[in-house]
Amino acid sequence: MISAPDVVAFTKEEEYEEEPYNEPALPEEYSVPLFPFVNQGANPWSKLSGAKFSRDFILISEFSEQVGPQPLLTIPNDTKVFGTFDLNYFSLRIMSVDYQASFVGHPPGSAYPKLNFVEDSKVVLGDSKEGAFAYVHHLTLYDLEARGFVRPFCMAYISADQHKIMQQFQELSAEFSRASECLKTGNRKAFAGELEKKLKDLDYTRTVLHTETEIQKKANDKGFYSSQAIEKANELASVEKSIIEHQDLLKQIRSYPHRKLKGCDLCPGEMEHIQDQASQASTTSNPDESADTDLYTCRPAYTPKLIKAKSTKCFDKKLKTLEELCDTEYFTQTLTQLSHIEHMFRGDLCYLLTSQIDRALLKQQHITNFLFEDFVEVDDRMVEKQESIPSKPSQDRPPSRSLEECPIPKVLISVGSYKSSVESVLIKMEQELGDEEYKEVEVTELSSFDPQENLDYLDMDMKGSISSGESIEVLGTEKSTSVLSKSDSQASLTVPLSPQVVRSKAVSHRTISEDSIEVLSTCPSEALIPDDFKASYPSAINEEESYPDGNEGAIHFQASISPPELGETEEGSMENTPSQIDSCCIGKESDGQLVLPSSPAHTHSDEDGVVSSPPQRHRQKDQGFRVDFSMENASPSSRDDSCEGFPAYELDPSHLLANRDISKTSLDNYSDTTSYVSSVASTSSDRIPSAYPAGLSSDRHKKRAGQNALKFIRQYPFAHPAIYSLLSGRTLVVLGEDEAIVRKLVTALAIFVPSYGCYAKPVKHWASSPLHIMDFQKWKLIGLQRVASPAGAGTLHALSRYSRYTSILDLDNKTLRCPLYRGTLVPRLADHRTQIKRGSTYYLHVQSMLTQLCSKAFVYTFCHHLHLPTHDKETEELLASRQASFLKLTLGLVNEDVRVVQYLAELLKLHYMQESPGTSHPMLGFDYVPSFLYKI
Amino acid sequence: MKANCSSPGETGETGSPHPPGPQSPLHQRHLDLGSGLGRSSSWTCCSSTSQIMEKSPLQTIGEEQTQNPYTELLVLKAHHDIVRFLVQLDDYRFASAGDDGIVVVWNAQTGEKLLELNGHTQKITAIITFPSLESREEKNQLILTASADRTVIVWDSDTGRQVQRISCFQSTVKCLTVLQRLDVWLSGGNDLCVWNRKLDLLCKTSHLSDTGISALVEIPKNCVVAAVGKELIIFRLVAPTEGSLEWDILEIKHLLDHQDNILSLINVNDLSFVTGSHIGELIIWDALDWTMQAYERNFWDPSPQLDTQQEIKLCQKSNDISIHHFTCDEENVFAAVGRGLYVYNLHMKRVIACQKTAHDSSVLHIAKLPNRQLISCSEDGSVRIWELREKQQLAAEPVPTGFFNMWGFGRVNKQASQPVKKQQENATSCSLELIGDLIGHSSSVEMFLYFEDHGLVTCSADHLIILWKNGERESGLRSLRLFQKLEENGDLYLAV
Repeated sequence: MISAPDVVAFTKEEEYEEEPYNEPALPEEYSVPLFPFVNQGANPWSKLSGAKFSRDFILISEFSEQVGPQPLLTIPNDTKVFGTFDLNYFSLRIMSVDYQASFVGHPPGSAYPKLNFVEDSKVVLGDSKEGAFAYVHHLTLYDLEARGFVRPFCMAYISADQHKIMQQFQELSAEFSRASECLKTGNRKAFAGELEKKLKDLDYTRTVLHTETEIQKKANDKGFYSSQAIEKANELASVEKSIIEHQDLLKQIRSYPHRKLKGCDLCPGEMEHIQDQASQASTTSNPDESADTDLYTCRPAYTPKLIKAKSTKCFDKKLKTLEELCDTEYFTQTLTQLSHIEHMFRGDLCYLLTSQIDRALLKQQHITNFLFEDFVEVDDRMVEKQESIPSKPSQDRPPSRSLEECPIPKVLISVGSYKSSVESVLIKMEQELGDEEYKEVEVTELSSFDPQENLDYLDMDMKGSISSGESIEVLGTEKSTSVLSKSDSQASLTVPLSPQVVRSKAVSHRTISEDSIEVLSTCPSEALIPDDFKASYPSAINEEESYPDGNEGAIHFQASISPPELGETEEGSMENTPSQIDSCCIGKESDGQLVLPSSPAHTHSDEDGVVSSPPQRHRQKDQGFRVDFSMENASPSSRDDSCEGFPAYELDPSHLLANRDISKTSLDNYSDTTSYVSSVASTSSDRIPSAYPAGLSSDRHKKRAGQNALKFIRQYPFAHPAIYSLLSGRTLVVLGEDEAIVRKLVTALAIFVPSYGCYAKPVKHWASSPLHIMDFQKWKLIGLQRVASPAGAGTLHALSRYSRYTSILDLDNKTLRCPLYRGTLVPRLADHRTQIKRGSTYYLHVQSMLTQLCSKAFVYTFCHHLHLPTHDKETEELLASRQASFLKLTLGLVNEDVRVVQYLAELLKLHYMQESPGTSHPMLGFDYVPSFLYKI
Repeated sequence: MKANCSSPGETGETGSPHPPGPQSPLHQRHLDLGSGLGRSSSWTCCSSTSQIMEKSPLQTIGEEQTQNPYTELLVLKAHHDIVRFLVQLDDYRFASAGDDGIVVVWNAQTGEKLLELNGHTQKITAIITFPSLESREEKNQLILTASADRTVIVWDSDTGRQVQRISCFQSTVKCLTVLQRLDVWLSGGNDLCVWNRKLDLLCKTSHLSDTGISALVEIPKNCVVAAVGKELIIFRLVAPTEGSLEWDILEIKHLLDHQDNILSLINVNDLSFVTGSHIGELIIWDALDWTMQAYERNFWDPSPQLDTQQEIKLCQKSNDISIHHFTCDEENVFAAVGRGLYVYNLHMKRVIACQKTAHDSSVLHIAKLPNRQLISCSEDGSVRIWELREKQQLAAEPVPTGFFNMWGFGRVNKQASQPVKKQQENATSCSLELIGDLIGHSSSVEMFLYFEDHGLVTCSADHLIILWKNGERESGLRSLRLFQKLEENGDLYLAV
């Protein structure tokens, strides 16, 4: 649906103004809207325009039965973040799209109210007027005093960048599910406690009533009952019934399916609770005496109260707060998790995506990635592994854990139904389930949460107890084939590197109660949908039209709703749940009107069913990526050029994340379209430095290191032999008087130093005592103080004595003493005429070159025939010549480059064989080669 | 002890009429003389070369050492004082000991520290292994260590257990030797004691001297030679027979030919042993009748025919000519003389090659490798690898014919015999070529140990032990282990 006009608009800006709609072929409803904020003079990415909040935040809202939708809290809890954004209004919006058919009532064929363990619904919603897009996670908590025992809540991740929400849907969903699971676990615990108290009250009431009845009986022995007595008897019966109902409820809440907790590592002591509850449940489900003993012996602290037959009106009560609803412990834990989410998704989408892909790829290189990757990430991985141990309390989780756990963008979703701006999209990829779980365990790191699993449960539950209409709808799927291919690629983790591969695909799995209105317009103030909206997001309607039968009318699209209508729908939805209202007053029968015909057969997404969507439709939504795309097409040459390795990804993560101030100046350096990309939305949404400490420091570090390395390369003509020294494991000593300068250069050059293992790089930033042979074994890059005093003579003497192990870079005299380098690798790695200007870009360039190098080393190391004789009689010489020719011909290494790969290969061997990495330093290898003195 | 020795050499040196001052004029004159004589004779040629060598006394090798196989090193740190002794336990293990009193057992292949033996309170003065006997049930190899705390401790080299501790010594035991044939071991301090494997004292000598026995070797006929100061004492061990059940040790003979303290004493072969003294006397003895077979004495003899200027200059310190260590093979005895290395041919009974300044300071230990290589280590902290090459006609290495005199030839014949000797020299002499040096220690390298399979181990006064390895070979071994591990993990055939 996005198409030529927009492409033109961003590539040829002057033409776009004049003839924006000159594509005649498109029917009216497909015509592409202009970028709505282009008139404000901004580029499409810089400012997400209408947004009234400064950056992404999380909002928790409740649909209060007393006052309607209301915001409860935001994370971060800072008014500056959401600014003038109308939280009340947005709460109304997000709470009005709850597709959960959660209610408690008397289902047909059941004597007692049933609790549904409803799965959360996950919805993406957009409000273009507000400039806000949200991932909305609805959940239901139980409250004995609430209508229908349920309190609907939702957590929303609100961002100005719709693509971010779309593309990160899986991750958001996974993370929010954790938070939700945590809340619900606490809630179940609290609810069970509440029920127990209530039961005690009831029991006490029964006893009292019983006594009264007996007294009345005795007082009145005429053989007939007075109306008073009958009333009492009725009351007693009602209490009896209520007791049974509550016992049943207690049993239900305690029998919450255990398997649901699998993979939920969030809740400490959860299993104990479960066991506890299970055993209790078994006792309470026994005949009453055990329950009685249980009640009176085990919990003597609670004094039962008499319950009046008529309970107070719902509206008189003060409803419990969220914290009360859940255990305080769980509540704080949830907040921790939510702020973790907030940290995790900070920053630009491109950055998030690339870092996710980056990490996923890194995980694949578990043999080589220790060499040049940051140990921070390795640490993270270790943390992550620990985390997958089920019982680990989540509070201990450092926030820096960040994105690792997210599977890489699994389904890159782009929901095509902004038309109504409200859509319920439960991602469901049935055909993946088996594979996915299997692969999760086998290939990737253990992901402690599996969203698919949850979906699974959803199915089961629905089949079992929920009576609601279900349907699966595919929205905005561009190509049916992409589904399968993508799932394959996810499973094998061969992620498409470039985001433009993203297909908009969403298989929505809805749980919809027939009578409720699922989709509400988010533009209630406007009588008509703006034209551009109508034009741009017609997909849902189209699908509706195309497949009215297939969806069994489950979706009722109300494309345009005027404010009064909205009110009606709200009312309607409230009316539609009278049973809930009723059921908060115990003992009254719900009329069961709302019980929906159960149609659990959920249609699997039929690939063929979605083809009707216009294939190019998604592009508009992927504006950023489309630009990438065109960029890449436009400048393939610059890509090939080693100087400009990543035109499409010239993103500066640290720039986006941390240092905004630099962005302006560095933006100026870029006149090409990439600068657009790098300044994407998050400039507005992310002004505060990222708070995950490791990430922050390492990003800054990378940027600065890259910058200084670049400076070094430009400044010193002998940078190549120096870098060669580092890559080939010959210790480089940076000698200088000024500690700051030396440290700076050492930090910069450290990016070229291969690590020994999963710990810090062998870099010593500053040493002032004479070096020793141990130092050369331990450190590969040393900053050394030049001292003029006689003590300094010892230092210099030691340096000259051990000169065969070192290359010496004298910063004061601007000389370098090191072996000759004539390879081709380092010139590519460190070209002094490089067009790369930014430190982080250069850092990425270096990383990619080094990764390439690592893979060469990997191939060399693990090539069987290169290291072992193919037959017994083969001489060592033959083997050596085979190695040499492999290095030279197959890997294309020239001269000294061979040494680099050989050194890396040795490190790989050592690392692979090490039982416990990091225990010892590897041997010091060296060559007897002459050194030369380089001068500027 | 070495430091305490005041030798006649020193007095002779101080009495030398040539002060160090006028050296360069002398040199100059000599060079003039050499050029005046012309280059017809090889002698002058040699002299001038040695002159040049004196100007840059230490032969150096560049950074390019193609023949040096040691391209990997591993620093082993466990000691906290000078490491003086290294002893090989088996194919892959060795023990180190030093002034900190601890003994550490290492894996020579991986550099892994296997055991640390703590027991001595003072520095260790001698260490030796007591090989297990095949017949015995106790197979464990023993390590004997003697210390300045006047104890000898016997260790089990496999477990590190302290088997027994002997502390009945009157003096520090300075040397230990094992007579495997008799299954006894001897400790030499101020007296000589004989012990059996069970650590029973079998017999002992009377007090010999206050300086004590500095070296001890076994020679045939149940005899041992002990170096006590300037003299050599031959002891005979009397094993129990039918007649007497007692062990006994008898002093047979005193050899008083050395004029200064004997620093080194080793067996050359079954028939001879060699001693070296502080002032550079090298005597080869017949092991059966304890007579002198040959006598070499460099630098000391002020024979006027020789280039005395050079000698005097060289022997300003007696340390420069003291013989610290010997090693030998079938043909040659290699001597570490002062800073230099000398190769003495047993058949020709003369020095066939030398490197007068092989190191910057005293050579402490030398060893001959199977491949005609000689390794030396020195107080200057370096280890050098030499190769003994057949000397080509115009090789730069001088053979100091006149510097060593055969005792048997007599001084009277010297003049006459000189040309004859020169002839022989040119035909057969060899040279020591420096093929590599190992620089790692920051202080004197006390000793080293060569493993055929694992490279070289050096120990030093800088408290470190360095394992020098052949990088290429190690790389191959690592690959081998890598693929073994892959195979164990089953990863190797996954693709198939």
